[in-house]
Amino acid sequence: MHFQSAMSPHTRSAAHTGTLMKNVLYALVPGVLISTELFGWGVLINLAIACVTAIVAEAVVMKLRRRPVAPALLDYSALVTACLLALSLPPIAPWWIPVIGVLSAILVAKHLYGGLGHNPFNPAMVGYVVLLISFPRELSQWPAPGDMLTHTLSVTETVRFLFTGILPETVRLDGITMATALDYTKTQLRLGDDLATLASHDSYGWLGARGWEWVSLGYLLGGLWLLYKRVISWHIPVAFLGSLLLVASLFALIDSTYFSPPLFHLASGGVILAAFFIATDPVTASTSPVGRLIYAAGIGVLVYVIRAWGGYPDGIAFAVLIMNLAAPTIDHFYQPRTFGH
Amino acid sequence: MVIAVAILCALALAFGLLLGYAAIRFKVEGNPIADQIDNILPQTQCGQCGYPGCRPYAEAIANGEAEINQCPPGGEAGIQALAALLDREVIPLNAENGEVKPKAVAVIDESTCIGCTLCIQACPVDAILGAAKQMHTVIADECTGCELCLPPCPVDCITMEPVKQTVMTWKWPKPDHSTQAKSKTHLN
Amino acid sequence: MNFFRRRKSLNTQIAHDTAWSFHGGLVLPDHKALSKQHPLKKAALPPQLVIPLQQQAGGVNTPLVEVGDTVLKGQKIADSKNPVGAPIHAPSSGKIVAIDERTIPHPSGLPAACITLATDGKDTWADRAPIGNRYSELPAETLRQAIREGGIVGLGGAAFPTATKLTPTHPIDTLIINAIECEPYITCDDILTQHFANEIIRGIDILLRLLGAPHCIIGIEDNKPDAITSLQHALKAKPDDRIKLTVVPTRYPSGSEKQLIKLLTGREVPSGGLPANVGVVCQNIGTVYAIHQLVMQGNPLISRLVTITGEGVRNPANLEVLIGTPIHQLIEACGGYQENTGQLIMGGPMMGFTLEHDQLPIVKASNCILVTPKTPEIKQEIPCIRCGACEAVCPAQLQPQQLLWYSRSGEHEKAKKHNLFDCIECGCCDYVCPSHIPLVQHYRYTKSEIKTREQEMAAAEIAKQRFESKTKREEALAQEKEDRLAKKRQQLEKKTKEQHTDGGTKQDAIQAALARVKKKKDAQDAPKVTEPASEPATNPTDDTPTPQTAAERAAAAAKRRAEKKAQQSPATNPTDDAPAPKTAAERAAAAAKRRAEKKAQQSASTNPTDDALAPKTAAERAAAAAKRRAEKRQSSAHRGPS
Repeated sequence: MHFQSAMSPHTRSAAHTGTLMKNVLYALVPGVLISTELFGWGVLINLAIACVTAIVAEAVVMKLRRRPVAPALLDYSALVTACLLALSLPPIAPWWIPVIGVLSAILVAKHLYGGLGHNPFNPAMVGYVVLLISFPRELSQWPAPGDMLTHTLSVTETVRFLFTGILPETVRLDGITMATALDYTKTQLRLGDDLATLASHDSYGWLGARGWEWVSLGYLLGGLWLLYKRVISWHIPVAFLGSLLLVASLFALIDSTYFSPPLFHLASGGVILAAFFIATDPVTASTSPVGRLIYAAGIGVLVYVIRAWGGYPDGIAFAVLIMNLAAPTIDHFYQPRTFGH
Repeated sequence: MVIAVAILCALALAFGLLLGYAAIRFKVEGNPIADQIDNILPQTQCGQCGYPGCRPYAEAIANGEAEINQCPPGGEAGIQALAALLDREVIPLNAENGEVKPKAVAVIDESTCIGCTLCIQACPVDAILGAAKQMHTVIADECTGCELCLPPCPVDCITMEPVKQTVMTWKWPKPDHSTQAKSKTHLN
Repeated sequence: MNFFRRRKSLNTQIAHDTAWSFHGGLVLPDHKALSKQHPLKKAALPPQLVIPLQQQAGGVNTPLVEVGDTVLKGQKIADSKNPVGAPIHAPSSGKIVAIDERTIPHPSGLPAACITLATDGKDTWADRAPIGNRYSELPAETLRQAIREGGIVGLGGAAFPTATKLTPTHPIDTLIINAIECEPYITCDDILTQHFANEIIRGIDILLRLLGAPHCIIGIEDNKPDAITSLQHALKAKPDDRIKLTVVPTRYPSGSEKQLIKLLTGREVPSGGLPANVGVVCQNIGTVYAIHQLVMQGNPLISRLVTITGEGVRNPANLEVLIGTPIHQLIEACGGYQENTGQLIMGGPMMGFTLEHDQLPIVKASNCILVTPKTPEIKQEIPCIRCGACEAVCPAQLQPQQLLWYSRSGEHEKAKKHNLFDCIECGCCDYVCPSHIPLVQHYRYTKSEIKTREQEMAAAEIAKQRFESKTKREEALAQEKEDRLAKKRQQLEKKTKEQHTDGGTKQDAIQAALARVKKKKDAQDAPKVTEPASEPATNPTDDTPTPQTAAERAAAAAKRRAEKKAQQSPATNPTDDAPAPKTAAERAAAAAKRRAEKKAQQSASTNPTDDALAPKTAAERAAAAAKRRAEKRQSSAHRGPS
């Protein structure tokens, strides 16, 4: 009897990259639901626009590169990039914002560098930074949480607004937008106020930014599920949150009138989203366990530095990109000891 | 404005002097690049490149007189290594210099050999054992396959035999899709 | 981190647990029950046994028998002179029908030399001289020799000659018996232990005496409760303080030697080193049994237990198989194939290699024949996402994702720096990779590429040295000749100057020359004195005084012209030298040699001197002298290579 030859090992686990990525998408669901509930249909519409753009862009590029299209789409990596980017954007941003962002992420940050696994920079963060620098106004228009609005936009009204910029007659733009807690804090501190006077402002919630702290909770639940499913390892979230807490506590102790409390930092902006979903992108992070701890700790410190002294209210994208630059060096210096050496 | 120009000129002069001094003080004797090229070449000493041996070819490359694609025994891997060393483009092997042949060793047909020692003189690495009127034989381990012994033989008793692959010399193939099984068991 | 369940000890011989662990590893579904359903059987004697000559690492075996010889069971049929090696014995009695190249079980599928033995069905043993109980009185070296002579090799899979392994380079304090059998599907060691636990304990005693080691640890996984019980009973029956039975959690690859040593003793074998470096010798439990059989019964290694298993076989079982039995016979003994078969693997699913057909024989290293079922196509390979799952499971604590990067890009230096050669090719990384990348294949390929490149560079270095020394030698010879020629020219000038200052004419010079020749002729009538010839007729670069007569000068000039012509037209002269550049002097010497040899061939007389008649003219004398020189050269050539 004749048999086919093959190389060992002749068996493998059922794990697949596509499954990993799909699990990441599932883990985003709680945060997305809370976000939609609080901030309107724009969240879902942006997600939809981003996903469609991502799929089309990925398919076109793989065709141009003469590679098989189906496996590239079925590994869900393009969708994950699109979703993470869309969730980092203001839910009321015009439709072309997620399109440009996703195109920069997929075409420039990912495929120009060689495609999945070859990009040195986190594609979602590259897309976000391109938008932030090119369209600062659109990216600083954040909606007020639903409980503060007199009129919540319906689906059709949201679609119309996102695609045409036209609001219903009774609604004004500054009626639905509000500065985020981080944005407000930064602006006011610069103007000379101190934290005590700011505390009563509408943009503050229980712990952190109003509304956004609940979204962060949703992402936290998703992140813990990812840890449980072993999709991500504990090193990056723990090191990132830990270092951010540590540095924030340090400065809050030094001058509590000027530096926000540590838990405020955790519950505002995209810290939880970044800790469990963005910084854990395996392609662009450090690869060894110790390397990951250092990498994530670096992100934490940089986020704090940018928030406290930098030009932007939230510095996660820049912090991640800067540490992406450092990841190969960290890997070079922190090789684990081999057995027998 | 004049001060700015003067400062720039002074800087240029200072750096120029520094570079000149360094060029004289730290000058490296010899041609280290030729040594590095020679280390990459396969040392077959066959002359197919057009130069009488590997060292002259290495020096010719170092001087820019020769291209990196003239060595058939070095093959594709040799050209790539040279390209990497010299930061040049990888070019295909020059067909005029010969073609890449599988590794072969010379074998003397002992029934025909007349003991003329011409092949012994021709062999660049002394891989042929023998003396005048004595049987000549090729030491297979030392033979580089350069084929320089074939032309001088008056009775054409030397042939090139490709080295046969045995279980001991077999190597694992490069992984590509053909070496992967079409199906694998899932233990889970 | 790995935490071990504390085990209740059933008697003081069993350790609770092991305090150490190794990094990584996998808990795999073990599929061991499949082959334990049927009892151990002896495979039927096949009509033909095909025994490959090379069944172990070490020296190459050469046959000691010829086609047509009749051999008895256990008779030595092949051996090597290399002390690191193991002979091969006839597994049954019969006649040698062939010694030729056949396909052997090897990943390459290439043929190698095999002895084919047609069995006569009688299975008659050769004379055996078992050492028996007196092994305790024998010196270690005798036991070692016996083990080598018995053809014992490691039966865990690597087939390393056991006698060499038992000749450690460092003092040994612990003998480890590897009963782990960590690969899924394989159960031969488990079954062996269940049936022959007493013999194994006795075998351990033999080994402890041989090594002079004070301790022994038997390592066994906790998925073999029956084997553990058998060992416990054997130890109760024959208590031995030196032997400790340690049960470890089931984890692949606990059975890998270095990982097992770490697991049982906490010691790490240094990279590139041997277990002996940390005072340990590891033996597979099957090898221990084979040693016992050799010492107590006098049986050389001619059979072993093999697990025939897999979902592609109808009745998987363990069989006692003679070395050389064809695989298809074993499959038939196990009920044949199922409808749906995938691959035929020799070894386990993680490290075994596929066979193209089942006509191949069992060798000493074959522990399992696995027939997998056909499964639907799996997903294609996609790029590495650096998830690090491979790093988490690597028992050698490597970074497979980095090694993959460097293997793919051919960056051999970086791959070596990341310790590629510490990879044990266990396949754990490959197993967990979500991108389905064939990691182990990449590492195997890169390792062989690096080794080949190193060998090529070493060979090139040697070739370069040989070339340089040859060039130097030729240059030295040429230089020497140049110097001699220059010296002669000087002498000639001096002489002519002297003669002219003497006022002598050319005629005086000729007379002087004639006188010299006459003197020489007188000397020749006396016993022969071999003096270098004094006529330069044929070889202008030879050690001779300058030509004296017009005739001689003319002859010399003619020779020089001929040589110059030869130098200018190398292509037309078929006996001319190779394109490699040579000095003019050497070419002249070669031409002169050719002429001299031709002359020597023409001289029919065996008498080295051909001067029955005294030569009349100087020219004739010159020719005779040249002939003598040629003959002298020839005779010296005959004495040995020049």
